[in-house]
Amino acid sequence: MSSQATTQPQPRRYLAYARRSLLVSIWFAILTFPIIVIRANTITGTITWRWHNIGWIVGGTFVGSWIWRYFLERKRAGAAATMGPLRQRLAASRAIVAQAVRRPAVARGGIAALLLLVVAFPFVGGMYQTNIMTTALLYVVLGLGLNIIIGLGGMLHIGYIAFYALGAYSYALLNFHFGLNFWLALPVGALVGGLFSLAIGIPVLRLRGDYLAIVTLAFAEITRLVLENWSSLTFGTAGIRNIPRPAIAGIRLTLPQTTTFVYFIMILMVALTIFVVNRLENSRIGRQFVAMKEDFIACQAMGVNIARTKLAALGLGGMWAGLAGVVFAARTTFINPASFTVWESIIVLCTVVLGGMGSIPGVITGALVLILVPEYLRAFAQFRMLLFGAVLVTMMVFRPGGLIQKRRRAYTISAQEKQVAGEIGDPGIQG
Amino acid sequence: MNYFLGLFVSGLTRGSIYALLALGYTMVYGIIELINFAHGEIYMIGAFTALILASVLSIAGLDAISILVIASLVAMIYSAAYGFTMEKIAYKPVRNSQRLSALISAIGMSLFLQNYVRLAQTSNFLPFPTLIPRFGFLQQLTFQVTSAQFVIFVTTTVVMILLTLLIKFTRIGKSMRAASQDKTMAMLLGVNVNRVIALTFIIGSATAALGGVLISSFTGQINFYIGFMAGIKAFVAAVLGGIGSIPGAVLGSFVLGWTESFGAGYISSDYEDVFAFAILVLILIFKPSGLLGRPENKKV
Amino acid sequence: MVLDVRGLTMDFGGLRAVDHVDLQVNEGEIVALIGPNGAGKTTFFNCVTGMYVPTAGTVTIARPGTDARQITRMRPHLITAQGLARTFQNIRLFSEMTVLENVMIGRDCRLSAGILGAIVRNRKTVAEEKQVVLDSYAMLEMVGIGRWANETAKNLPYGAQRRLEIARALATEPFLLLLDEPAAGMNPQETRDLVALIRRLRTDHHLSIFLIEHDMSLVMTLSERIYVMDYGKLIAVGDPGEVRRDPSVIKAYLGEDVSA
Repeated sequence: MSSQATTQPQPRRYLAYARRSLLVSIWFAILTFPIIVIRANTITGTITWRWHNIGWIVGGTFVGSWIWRYFLERKRAGAAATMGPLRQRLAASRAIVAQAVRRPAVARGGIAALLLLVVAFPFVGGMYQTNIMTTALLYVVLGLGLNIIIGLGGMLHIGYIAFYALGAYSYALLNFHFGLNFWLALPVGALVGGLFSLAIGIPVLRLRGDYLAIVTLAFAEITRLVLENWSSLTFGTAGIRNIPRPAIAGIRLTLPQTTTFVYFIMILMVALTIFVVNRLENSRIGRQFVAMKEDFIACQAMGVNIARTKLAALGLGGMWAGLAGVVFAARTTFINPASFTVWESIIVLCTVVLGGMGSIPGVITGALVLILVPEYLRAFAQFRMLLFGAVLVTMMVFRPGGLIQKRRRAYTISAQEKQVAGEIGDPGIQG
Repeated sequence: MNYFLGLFVSGLTRGSIYALLALGYTMVYGIIELINFAHGEIYMIGAFTALILASVLSIAGLDAISILVIASLVAMIYSAAYGFTMEKIAYKPVRNSQRLSALISAIGMSLFLQNYVRLAQTSNFLPFPTLIPRFGFLQQLTFQVTSAQFVIFVTTTVVMILLTLLIKFTRIGKSMRAASQDKTMAMLLGVNVNRVIALTFIIGSATAALGGVLISSFTGQINFYIGFMAGIKAFVAAVLGGIGSIPGAVLGSFVLGWTESFGAGYISSDYEDVFAFAILVLILIFKPSGLLGRPENKKV
Repeated sequence: MVLDVRGLTMDFGGLRAVDHVDLQVNEGEIVALIGPNGAGKTTFFNCVTGMYVPTAGTVTIARPGTDARQITRMRPHLITAQGLARTFQNIRLFSEMTVLENVMIGRDCRLSAGILGAIVRNRKTVAEEKQVVLDSYAMLEMVGIGRWANETAKNLPYGAQRRLEIARALATEPFLLLLDEPAAGMNPQETRDLVALIRRLRTDHHLSIFLIEHDMSLVMTLSERIYVMDYGKLIAVGDPGEVRRDPSVIKAYLGEDVSA
């Protein structure tokens, strides 16, 4: 039992742990030896031996394996056991917080504080901070959009960034050729993103989810390759320069002003996304998404049109990427295909997975953490992708629901309504 | 005509490489129904291990043939060990969760391994030593076949035959087939399913490593990123042939190899990758079970 | 006649799982389909509900008081909308959703709200959503699990999960309910409660019921007519007494307990 393991030290158990961990670290030392210790440079014909790295590997995997095993066992015990005292206390404190938040005064105070923070941020933080935050906000929108497809609809989509690219290119090209302004480009970008997302869904409608993963990946690569090679339209790898920044009719803004302006555009867009996604979630279509994710066979047997529901999730999800893409193009004023590699899609996937699939606060947290932390910890930046990979695996093994797990909505049914229903009811089973 | 033959041979070479990778995909998919996104990374690690070993051995002064043999063998052993470890860490714990979890875990693994090699080695392209000796008799052909192409084709053929024999006639092959049909039933009949899955990863990874060494000798350069595209292409080949089917994977690989090579040769080399993906999408629309795959029946 | 199946055949590769089966269910009747394991009962069910596309044969249904219509090769969600609802042998609930939400999905095919309605929340959508909660809750009360409305479905006791499946199927407003082994895994008390529930559903809601079942005591007490399948073929039809005495049935079940 997990609770006993945490409260009572069991020397023998830990000895067994230590022995296993030692074996694991020896295994990893051998496994990683050629790659970690020897560096062969075939250009200069030199070989560097980095013996000190073995120490890191042995130490790291020893501790790592210990922690891994500990959590794995807790997870196994947790599935069988009822709540341990620690989890009970945790649940109790969560309930207290939830109750406090429900009190109107507290809720109003919280919202006011958040609003103040959001509005004050660009003036306090300065241009550099504001830019970083705007990037993070773009990823919040992308994460929430992808969340419709993955978190609600349960379809693994790993080409999401293609719609972002299409949104960005729609604005850049329409502006270049026809002088379309930023505000009109927004709906166009959303439409392009949504329609393309629908279109790639069609071939895999009848197929299992895994195929969607590979087809979306393929689509994203095709999009990037076409953008790179169709130079007469897209200007190829050189990209498109001098894309106009967003402007309010006639008024010329300085660079810091524009930065702040774009920040607020993004704040509004995030608010809009939260609003829409939240409404979708708590509606007929949101229920269909989740039911489809849970069990698509039962779902269609209950009369839900799976094909339509899948397409709805894809279309509604793709839209946000197109929308965000327009802002991206307008903000950086320069776009080229290199900004839209598969790895960008995977970063968005990470934000959804880390935060919590299907949960709006989860995805927002995930996006902010994954984008802001590497920005502020520069030393850590080169390990960014390595850690992202590790995060994906660890989350799936230990907490597939993400940091902030989605809780299903509870409906209240008044006593009077209950009575009406109860009169026709069955005495039922004694639970 | 020589142009055509040249493209034909280059398609055959590509196909052979894809086949070595696609076999691993198809075997893993056949047993645990998982697209192992990290399979291409295993191939890349195999190539890197061989490169490192070959550098060390050539400084030690061994001759090319012994270096090739030793480096390939060690690369296969190491890749097999990576495949085995990867399965234990990233796939076994999520085997009973939703399929989405396993797929995401696989993507995570792929990302991790790529960056592990990038950080521990280099992000630049490294020239890969020419290990494959020149065969005189190939010079007499009217169209160009390099020694590397020849070796690749022969190796792939041998590996395919060995794998087919393994699966058809050995005990472990029977266990694999049983486990891929129905894991619970196989378990009840005394098949150690965990061991069968581990073994599948080991065999698949070793085959991929062989592919890694051969293709790198052929292209002459590697970096940490080579596994990703090759992995995706091999997956396309496996789907094309009918995922889960070993002859299908081989057939699919050759079809894909030729499509790319003729597409690049006669249409445009810029869109080489696009041809591969276009074929994938077409297959999924018109024959989702692949060329040699059986249509799947969903269980209700 | 609410269900009329003619010559239904289903092949999987070379294997014929269902072989020219004719089967009828009359209005207000409780009909059972029995047979040894692997006889093709669930496959037959899946063909009728559109999960599988049958190789040959026709399926015709008629809501009492309306014209008959063919539903062969129709997609499953459309068949459900026509008024055929089913449960599953190995319970298939939406396990992470609440009990009430499960039933709300059952109501889905009777709703009209669209995506735009969900976003702007116009009066019609709000009213429909309120109504669907109430209707769904009433379904839960009807099968006796109303108190668990906001519980996550996977946390329900086994018997209640079976009832939830029935409530979810009823929410689609069927005239014919297909139950795939509704008593599987239940104890005798739960089974007796289930029999009472099924009977009550028929009389109160004018349902016709077609079920697959292994529990012989349940089949014999509940059904008015029994079809027996073996190796994909129909081998006997009749009331419980006739079927019990039929030599071919006894032969098919040899080794299995039919005396109960």
